[in-house]
Amino acid sequence: MTTLLYDGSFNGLLTAIFIAFEYKMYDCSIDTKERYQATMFDSPETVMTDKLKAQRVWEGLCKKVSNHARREFYYAFLSGLPGIEDTLLAYVRYAFQNNSTIEKNFANSVVNMVSQTAHSVHREKHRMEAFVRFIRLQDDLYCAFISPDFNVLPLVASHFQDRYADQHWLIYDRDRDYGIHHDPQTRLVSDVIIEKSTADTSLSTTVHEEEVAYQTLWRSYFDHVNIQERRNIKLHLRHVPKRYWADLTEKTAGV
Amino acid sequence: MQWDPIQEKLEILAEAARYDVSCSSSGSKRANKSNGLGNSTGVGICHSYTEDGRCVSLLKILLTNHCIYDCAYCISRRSNDIPRAGFTVDEVVSLTINFYRRNYIEGLFLSSGIFKDADLTMERLVRVAKRLRTAERFNGYIHLKTIPGCSEELTHEAALYADRLSVNIELPTETSLKTLAPEKSHVDIMKPMAFVSENIRALASDKKIIKSTPNFAPAGQSTQMVVGASPENDLQVMSIADSLYKNYQLKRVYYSGYVPISNDNRLPVLGTPVPVIRENRLYQADWLTRFYQFSVKELVDPKNPNLDLDIDPKLSWALRNLDQFPVDVNTAPYEMILRVPGIGLNSAKKIVAARNFQKLGWEHLRKIGVAFNRAKHFVICQSSAMPKEVDARKLRAHILTQSKFGTSFSSQTSLFQ
Ligand code: SF4
Repeated sequence: MTTLLYDGSFNGLLTAIFIAFEYKMYDCSIDTKERYQATMFDSPETVMTDKLKAQRVWEGLCKKVSNHARREFYYAFLSGLPGIEDTLLAYVRYAFQNNSTIEKNFANSVVNMVSQTAHSVHREKHRMEAFVRFIRLQDDLYCAFISPDFNVLPLVASHFQDRYADQHWLIYDRDRDYGIHHDPQTRLVSDVIIEKSTADTSLSTTVHEEEVAYQTLWRSYFDHVNIQERRNIKLHLRHVPKRYWADLTEKTAGV
Repeated sequence: MQWDPIQEKLEILAEAARYDVSCSSSGSKRANKSNGLGNSTGVGICHSYTEDGRCVSLLKILLTNHCIYDCAYCISRRSNDIPRAGFTVDEVVSLTINFYRRNYIEGLFLSSGIFKDADLTMERLVRVAKRLRTAERFNGYIHLKTIPGCSEELTHEAALYADRLSVNIELPTETSLKTLAPEKSHVDIMKPMAFVSENIRALASDKKIIKSTPNFAPAGQSTQMVVGASPENDLQVMSIADSLYKNYQLKRVYYSGYVPISNDNRLPVLGTPVPVIRENRLYQADWLTRFYQFSVKELVDPKNPNLDLDIDPKLSWALRNLDQFPVDVNTAPYEMILRVPGIGLNSAKKIVAARNFQKLGWEHLRKIGVAFNRAKHFVICQSSAMPKEVDARKLRAHILTQSKFGTSFSSQTSLFQ
């Protein structure tokens, strides 16, 4: 069996799908170069990302499914789950083979898988829109660190761009080691990478003079809206799973 | 800023506001024009959840807990010996802006004790909202409490700045109100509600003619009823909610299980458990009437005036109406599929879409996300024989023993499917 290896980008994946169609590789698999592990029965082949090829697949998909379904396809890709590429390849195959649109056939495992994965990614996006906590630095940069389950920064950028249009902000995904940065002058959001050594050490020393006070106020607000007689930790944990606590101001003890 | 006094006030005034359960920040679209601060997209975000499992979406505080009234069920009643505090307009504005900029909140929910008279109190609330919208160019969510008895001019002005207005009906019946809050009357409460509702309606019909009409409480109105402080049954509570939805176009009716806060003998004694299960059932029933096309009459009636505490109202309805089951998922209309215990809104939609491609069997239903162990008693499909258990009592017992539901309750989401 052939495994097509791509660079992890969305265009890379679409290029690999293009190749699979072009060379009629009915029995192939797609994986990222990073994750791929060679096995005995398998021959890897590296795919060069090609925008034009990617575009052809994307436009082809446009003709077969709705915008909504294409968005689900992209969301599912961002899940980065092992094996998602094969599911997405199967999805494109299924869509191209049929004249009528297949996106609503939730009884089909591939369609169902894409739709449910997209749903999980969407939930994580929504979570991050809620759970980002900005820390105001001395120079008025509002800075936040997150560790989301999936790669959702591309999905949350426009939300924060609209909301904090007059604000200088940075949201950094620790696990994937990149962030998005908004400049209120140009109103543009761009990707950034912070050098490891400067990331955590420099922050605590340069917070804005009011930062600690507002964090304290927020924590005491959080504690005092709680009604002890109605305590329901199970429900609390379901809504705010422990893995997010480290970055939530109200769930940490403060400085 | 002097931080310590602010913190003390915040603690007192958050604690006083926490019995108001409304938390919604949805239903309003306010774009961030002019590169100012904030927006409302209509979706609403819960930024956190307290340990009682309730959503934290808005900075929910009282402007002051000084109050000239003496409502027995209220922690801020004038006869209660508690610390009192009051924020200045500036303080509320900076708290809101600074919390918002750090992405702690969606906006502000401001209410107040009535500190001199209704107008003066309302005027102060409006001033906060106005400052946020104008001087601070704030486009986040603002929910203001309308103070019963305040002038129509003030209510009108409030609606120009706020996304949502609410006035709490407090207790389900006038009789209970007379007993527990003798200084209040439903007439006073309903007046501002009617005023806002008429204006929203008038505006909606203007909108058909004029393109740009002013923003007038774009997220509509809501209200809250305390349950468990007075003797009304669920039939009474739900009938009132129903008429509020129909006659005043309310967006939400909230139910607040009474938390005992006083040893007044007109009220449940201190230490009485908060009726969280009942509250949860009311929310579920409310949900069924708003999204699942159930009518109040189907869920409670003079013979069964209270919702079943052991099982959710949808299951309860199904067991009382076994003659309507089993439902064939491959042919039944959407409305009937919605009524199957274990099938939620999403699954119902998916079923109706997927059955155009092939006949559905058990495996398909599972994949689609149906709560299978529950639904299997009520449906037939491609791969099924008729469900065996048809005796309602046995079926109920059977479902109860295998149910994993029932221990965690939420006032904001429906836990049944
Ligand atoms: S008027 Fe409002 S704040 Fe005052 S006692 Fe009654 S319920 Fe409480």
